[in-house]
Amino acid sequence: MSLNRRDFLGRTAALTTTAMLPTAVFADGTIKLGSILDASGPFDAYGKPMDQAMRMAVSEINEAGGLLGRQVEVTAYDTQSDMALYSQYGQQLTRQDKVDVVHGGILSASREAIRQTMRKTKTLYFYNVLYEGGVCDRNIFINGVTPAQQVEALVPFAMKNSGKKVYILAADYNYGQITARWIQKFVADNGGEVVGTDFFPLDVSDFGSTIAKVQTAAPDLVIAPLVGGAHLSFFRQWAAAGMKDKIALASTTLGVGNEHKVLTPEEGNGIMCAYNYSQELDTPENAQFKEKWAAMFGGDQSMHEIAVSHYHGIKTWAEGVRKAGSLDRMAIIEALETGISIMGPGGKVTVDPKTHHAVLDVHLMQMQDQQMKVIETLPQRQPVDTQAVCDLSANPNDNTQYEIEI
Amino acid sequence: MDLSFVIAVEVLYAVASLVLISAGLAVVFGMMKVINLAHGEFMMLGGYTTITAVGLGVNVFIAMLVIAPLVVGLIGLIVERLVIRHLYGRLVDTMLATWGLSLVFIGLATMIFGNTTTGISTPIPGFAVGNYQISGYNFFIIVVAVVLVIAMLAVLRGTRAGLIARGTMQRADMAAALGYSPDRIYMATFFCGSALSGLAGAVLAPLVGLVPTSGGAYIAKAFITVIAGGPSLIAGLLSSATSFGVVNQVFTFAISPVIGEVALLVAAVILLRLMPQGITGRFFKGKL
Repeated sequence: MSLNRRDFLGRTAALTTTAMLPTAVFADGTIKLGSILDASGPFDAYGKPMDQAMRMAVSEINEAGGLLGRQVEVTAYDTQSDMALYSQYGQQLTRQDKVDVVHGGILSASREAIRQTMRKTKTLYFYNVLYEGGVCDRNIFINGVTPAQQVEALVPFAMKNSGKKVYILAADYNYGQITARWIQKFVADNGGEVVGTDFFPLDVSDFGSTIAKVQTAAPDLVIAPLVGGAHLSFFRQWAAAGMKDKIALASTTLGVGNEHKVLTPEEGNGIMCAYNYSQELDTPENAQFKEKWAAMFGGDQSMHEIAVSHYHGIKTWAEGVRKAGSLDRMAIIEALETGISIMGPGGKVTVDPKTHHAVLDVHLMQMQDQQMKVIETLPQRQPVDTQAVCDLSANPNDNTQYEIEI
Repeated sequence: MDLSFVIAVEVLYAVASLVLISAGLAVVFGMMKVINLAHGEFMMLGGYTTITAVGLGVNVFIAMLVIAPLVVGLIGLIVERLVIRHLYGRLVDTMLATWGLSLVFIGLATMIFGNTTTGISTPIPGFAVGNYQISGYNFFIIVVAVVLVIAMLAVLRGTRAGLIARGTMQRADMAAALGYSPDRIYMATFFCGSALSGLAGAVLAPLVGLVPTSGGAYIAKAFITVIAGGPSLIAGLLSSATSFGVVNQVFTFAISPVIGEVALLVAAVILLRLMPQGITGRFFKGKL
């Protein structure tokens, strides 16, 4: 056997690591939760509250005595809104830190950047964000609202409050395109008509001509799956043109990052939306959640839809570990697949065994004085879009993101 | 009839906003040959200045038209003294330095204002034209752009200061020989350029959701407009803003906003292929 310097160094390092292992593993050590989020950069309006939600969920778990008698320890990486860092930190979490579970990822691009790494290294992965649906992979659990859950509820609600002619203004990337198709489907299902659809690149901030164009089509309702700071201009310009009281407006994204607190009441009042969470939800769970959050983060109240989804995700994972009674990945997956439920600030959240998505409450809301007033709650909506294409109990080895045909 | 009026207003508005976005850069890049990659960030700072001032209870028009240009002008002054003045005549170096500056400004704005979208609502209500609603603020933007162009023309052509500035930009050594300090004149011109950028950012602030990275959305359009305009400052600005504004809006109306943006860029490519020196390199020669 030949031995060169590189091999020698490698093996010594491996030996040293093995020598150190027992102290880390067998001393009844902590459970390692890996977190990977954009806590800085352009997406930090989403990522920061998610990070806070994660820390709060973990501290609650630990205060209650931890899991399996062990404390949960967080290993967190800030990906700085840079997709390249996801692959790097994803590798680090799984191969170097060897965490027991990973929670995180915000944009769909970031999820896809790390999903395969998690699968290959057999690290359980939770993605807890509202997204376009269709991911089918037994190693991942998804807690966010999908278009079918949200749009299916929003469209009839908004059409009932306005009329049958609908105009769609959507962001020009996979989320906007897919969501627009869902809106078209549900408008038709509810006996309405889509009189126009326009897509906008993410940096478009001038909607003057669009507003005029919408008026030529004279719809009763505008549905706007617009994304990001530049697109927020639409809502502002819409109000500035005096359109707000003439044509009703609904959105599938406004409010997810607490945007309704940026718009003035004159600009935001009356906009309709549908989510799993609103700060104005009048439930004991939410009151307690907000109180704890304020106590933990010095009066801060920045929790929003996806921060709460993230909180639900971590609580669901903890419930799975308790039920499995072990940290073995397959044992936890099987425990979760029994259809575990938790009660969170957004209501009851149940794991759908077939798709690993969530069955959850969808709340219909209307913006009023910078709040998202809950009008009606639709309990326990199924992720029917993903269910139509994904069945993990029949095909446990599936590993695809399906684009849903409508 | 109503629709054609609405479209006409939108086209005028598109041209006016291109003029506003590009005016500051036209002075800094067109006159002084400083490739200011921080132009968008100057605009972003103008927007934040306005929002902060309005938050402190200042009248929104004073905040936009007086405070923002002054504050951003002063920031420009500091930047010029610390960085730019060492780099005059070194085109590529100014590019690198101002790109660094843009990152610094984004970082500072993030630290001070946070990374969440902010904004103020428009101070002028919309009104109806026949069956259509249009934004009253569009008219304000058009008026500001017209006044701005007239003011620039008046200063550059009608005043002694404008004459000296133009002379210095053409032959700094001659201006120095005649007893003017090019250093001072460059400083003053950069102040004016920054103030114009601040004004543009301020006036557009009520229409957009502002984040520290907002500047990036303007910088490409500003450079395209100024470069396609060519050597003449005001004639170039007006002719290229008009071409691009009309092309953009016509395609937006006729097809879709995506095609509108694409058409603007395609128009720019074709224009520069046919007229590498810009529009005023071929037409309106010798105009200001």
